[in-house]
Amino acid sequence: MSDRAAKRRPQFRNINVWQLVNYRLPLAGILSILHRISGALLFLALPTVILPLFAMSFTSEQGFAALGAVTGMIITKLILLVLLWGFLHHFCAGIRYLALDLHHGLDKHSAKKSAGVVFGVSLALTLVFGLKLFGAF
Amino acid sequence: MGPSERIGAKRLVVGAHYGIGDFMIQRVTAVILATYTVVLFVGILMMPGFTYEAWRGVFTFSLGGFPLGQLLATLAFFSLGWHAYIGVRDIWMDYVKPTGIRLGLQVLTVLWLAGSVVYFVVILWGA
Repeated sequence: MSDRAAKRRPQFRNINVWQLVNYRLPLAGILSILHRISGALLFLALPTVILPLFAMSFTSEQGFAALGAVTGMIITKLILLVLLWGFLHHFCAGIRYLALDLHHGLDKHSAKKSAGVVFGVSLALTLVFGLKLFGAF
Repeated sequence: MGPSERIGAKRLVVGAHYGIGDFMIQRVTAVILATYTVVLFVGILMMPGFTYEAWRGVFTFSLGGFPLGQLLATLAFFSLGWHAYIGVRDIWMDYVKPTGIRLGLQVLTVLWLAGSVVYFVVILWGA
């Protein structure tokens, strides 16, 4: 207790953008903000990328056949890779939040562990589907 | 507001559990979307080959003449719209404080999502 004054820990109150650089979020915090960012990303991509591609693939046989030319472009593949990650992260993190809402794994240790599991699973799935997207198998 | 609506010096009670309604809807639609994701994934895995007919069948399969695939896809998409509305609205509520700008963004969000739902329904049920 005597060295309390010596160890002046940084305080963050009403955090602003410029403080974010020095603010180290715990793993579950990073997962949380990425859950929000991935959700926003999917929201923006829905009528601009996802639905046009779906319309093309679904409406006519010619469109379906022409899909390969669009998804063959590297820029399309990169956009789809980001959206793929966004969906998988949002999906996996969302299941963790549903479990937390049911009061499963609320303690500090399990919450950190489950955050790690979500990152592991969602990134591994992104890698697998990403390799498929880039034609590795 | 009358004094009967005030509890304490600062707390003003309005409405009844509106927040918990949205909280529940966001979670219920999440479960619907997660379930439909699995349905879609199984459907795609069960495709005999990556052909146009097989791809359409993932969304348009029927059960005894009943368009079950289209119905499930439509319900899932309505869930998506509602889920995304609550999520994006929460983002505006957290970061955008001026009421007018926040209201404008919320209206744009509704239009963006309503447009998406209509677009999807037209693609799915159209010719």
